Amino acid sequence: MSVLPYLVAGWLLLVGIWGVVNSRHVVHLIVCVSVAQAGTYVLFLAIGWRAPGAAPILGDLTSGGKKPPPVVDPVVQALTLTDVVVQATVAAVLLALGLQAHKRFRTTDPDGLRAIRG
Amino acid sequence: MSRRGRGILAGVALAVLGVVLCVALLDLPRVGDAPKTYGDNAVALSQRHQTAEVVNFVTYDLRGFDTLGEELILFTAAIGSAVLLRASRGERRDEEASEREEERGPRTADALRAFGAALVGPFVLVGLYVVVHGNLTPGGGFQGGVILAGALLLVYAAGQTVALQRLRPMPLVEVAEAVGALGYALVGLGGLVAAGAFLDNFLPLGTSGALLSGGTVPLLSVVVGLEVTGAITLVLSEFLDQQLIGEEQG
Repeated sequence: MSVLPYLVAGWLLLVGIWGVVNSRHVVHLIVCVSVAQAGTYVLFLAIGWRAPGAAPILGDLTSGGKKPPPVVDPVVQALTLTDVVVQATVAAVLLALGLQAHKRFRTTDPDGLRAIRG
Repeated sequence: MSRRGRGILAGVALAVLGVVLCVALLDLPRVGDAPKTYGDNAVALSQRHQTAEVVNFVTYDLRGFDTLGEELILFTAAIGSAVLLRASRGERRDEEASEREEERGPRTADALRAFGAALVGPFVLVGLYVVVHGNLTPGGGFQGGVILAGALLLVYAAGQTVALQRLRPMPLVEVAEAVGALGYALVGLGGLVAAGAFLDNFLPLGTSGALLSGGTVPLLSVVVGLEVTGAITLVLSEFLDQQLIGEEQG
């Protein structure tokens, strides 16, 4: 358990980039970008984790002025939220670009887009 | 470069990157052992600010300024996608869409249409619940906004394209998006006026666990929810329009 999440994060990044390089369809390419980015979520959550893994939601504990229980790091979770939002916007813009490229070049193969025609 | 050559080059480069990543990652503190100074301080501050959900406390209070930037990223990306997709949109889409719907009708099962229509209400309710309870439970503006926009997609999936055309008055969606972005900035300015710092938590903090606790957190959650609903609806609508045009050309 101690290093597995880190290795998963690295693996997702590498697999995503490999998919981008070998992609034969723009939608596949965009999904591969998302997979590569998913590595950062795993890395963030792995950094913030600690036993026993309680969620950072305090419930009633705040009112009594008690000491907060040991929870996983909420800061990296908030960063992950930012990451997810950015990834969604990147995917939206890339998909829009892919649609326009398909209209213009009549192909969904990224290799068919190499010539820039005016 | 040929596909094969590119594959070999990428394989070598990724192998090197993989080795470097392994060395770097194995040098990190083991999972669970990393110091949590920022996290612990955030939890303590969240308690003092009466916000039960620490992640949303970090998002809307502690890192409120970053969330303003994040919201503007979404705003800009939605406009960017809309501009890219509208460039090729036809003029006759409304009547085309009704014809499409007539053709689509038989292809979508009645049960699916009825089920989709019946689910829209509960979807909207869950979305609103998630948006307004951002300071208490997991969720908040971003997540709830996506659920609300998802209700629109449900209408489409149920095959009711024409209902969809009527259901989404585009000017209203664009206004909702803009009001959401503006509202966030205005709450920030409120902090500047009332407490002396941009996005400072200037509202009464209330008691943790109450619907209106955490000062500006629930307010910011709602304006973000408005903005996200607008942005996602805009992007989804533009993509769905492309689908209608695609069917028309194909």
